[in-house]
Amino acid sequence: MSRPVSNPRHGSMRNLLSIADLGPDVAAGIDEVMTLTDSFVEVSERTIPKVPALRGRTVVSLFFEDSTRTRLSFETAAKRLSADTMNFSVSTSSVKKGESLRDTIETIEAMGVDAIVVRHASAGVPRQVAQWASSAVINAGDGWHEHPTQALLDCYTIRQRFGDVAGKRIAIVGDIRHSRVARSNVAAFTALGADVTLVAPPTLLPPSLEGWPVKISTDIDAVLPTVDVCYLLRMQRERMTEALIPSIREYSNRFGLNEKRAELLPDHALIMHPGPMNRGVEIDAAVADHPNTVIVDQVRNGVAVRMAVLFLLLGSGTTWGGEADV
Amino acid sequence: MAERERRLTPPYGGVFVARTRVMSADDMQRATKRMAHEIIERNQGLDDVVVIGLQTGGVPLAARLCEALELIDGSEVPLGCLDVAFYRDDIGLRPVLPETVTDIPCDLDGRTVVLVDDVLFTGRTIRAALDALSDYGRARAVQLAVMVDRGHRELPIRPDFVGKNLPTRRDEAVDVTADGVDLGEMVK
Repeated sequence: MSRPVSNPRHGSMRNLLSIADLGPDVAAGIDEVMTLTDSFVEVSERTIPKVPALRGRTVVSLFFEDSTRTRLSFETAAKRLSADTMNFSVSTSSVKKGESLRDTIETIEAMGVDAIVVRHASAGVPRQVAQWASSAVINAGDGWHEHPTQALLDCYTIRQRFGDVAGKRIAIVGDIRHSRVARSNVAAFTALGADVTLVAPPTLLPPSLEGWPVKISTDIDAVLPTVDVCYLLRMQRERMTEALIPSIREYSNRFGLNEKRAELLPDHALIMHPGPMNRGVEIDAAVADHPNTVIVDQVRNGVAVRMAVLFLLLGSGTTWGGEADV
Repeated sequence: MAERERRLTPPYGGVFVARTRVMSADDMQRATKRMAHEIIERNQGLDDVVVIGLQTGGVPLAARLCEALELIDGSEVPLGCLDVAFYRDDIGLRPVLPETVTDIPCDLDGRTVVLVDDVLFTGRTIRAALDALSDYGRARAVQLAVMVDRGHRELPIRPDFVGKNLPTRRDEAVDVTADGVDLGEMVK
């Protein structure tokens, strides 16, 4: 009786493009997803991890950038909800023949899809797609902008270990400038009341940090002993257009989490990474297999969180009307 | 009589206004005890019996039924709860969100499951529950215990154990709480 079943916010939440889309009260929106995720974690643990909730719905993933985790995670999530999935990969599509993004979207829409999961190298593409498409659009990462489902699964993983995200001290270490994960995570963590510190060389910080309720540090050794979560980011060499760091080795020496640095962390502290890892760059091979490293949990929770997001967008009552029963 | 907010009755919530009290708390307690005896009689004991309450109305009733069973028989009966939100056939027609995480205490293969709900109406919740149960294993038998059977079935489903048969109009509403069972209307 505690939770309202009909939430008008979800009636209007048609797309998930950024963490801010979760509603005027972002923390409440994240909590809603977390609570629903609990149910889907239970579903995922069963011998038959599948429910008929989204039977007859179609989810298409439209990935203009490479991905292992996110793409498979969304596909698994959709399948566990009994939705049909379609895959679109740029290299084998008519985009190669010069078809525009708009025509591609219209073609896909004409086949009758219910949700489009978009990843693109340019920020804002999912928002543009959402304006063209009548189906639900989920941002699976756009350029340097946002990757909201990653932030949701990170919040869930922290909540699973600590019970709550509020009041936790979280250090986000590495290539903040090129990281959509960092942008979504800063928005989500701070909305939930965590204390976030960004640790990076000045060249790898965004040009402006105005309005980010975070602390900044360039000294990882001073920050590590004080944190509950050490969140490492991947060095995004493919997005670097200029020499922002002297060398990968120099970066690894000053900011990489090696075994010696990992000992500075409190015993309870979690080590997280959104993947894919560059072992030996931002994280040492031995640290990646440390007992406090929850990278595998992150991936596992990712499926349940994406099930929750798909269910909220497609199944929980976005269409109104029809007869109800008790 | 007290007005109570209800979220799930047509059309998606409103305020329940009680008109008549049809069962008191004592009546419910007696009905629970009688159903417990019937369950033991039907299954010739409680071997392999699992009691599972449906979210949300069936959960407290299942707990009380379980207590009654244990009091009579002296053996321990596993108690679980089931949320059928993901199995409903009206997903997309009305807001559906699970109330809690489903908790099935043991493997259901070869067990006798007693499903417990507060009100049996169209039968669609039970249909969804049967689908959900089959994902947890192949129960030897599934039996249904309800506090109130108010008729108006839309599916070929019948209860095995009934607290009270209550003839109702389709537009009436039945409200079950710990204090008793009320018949009334939903006011928007």
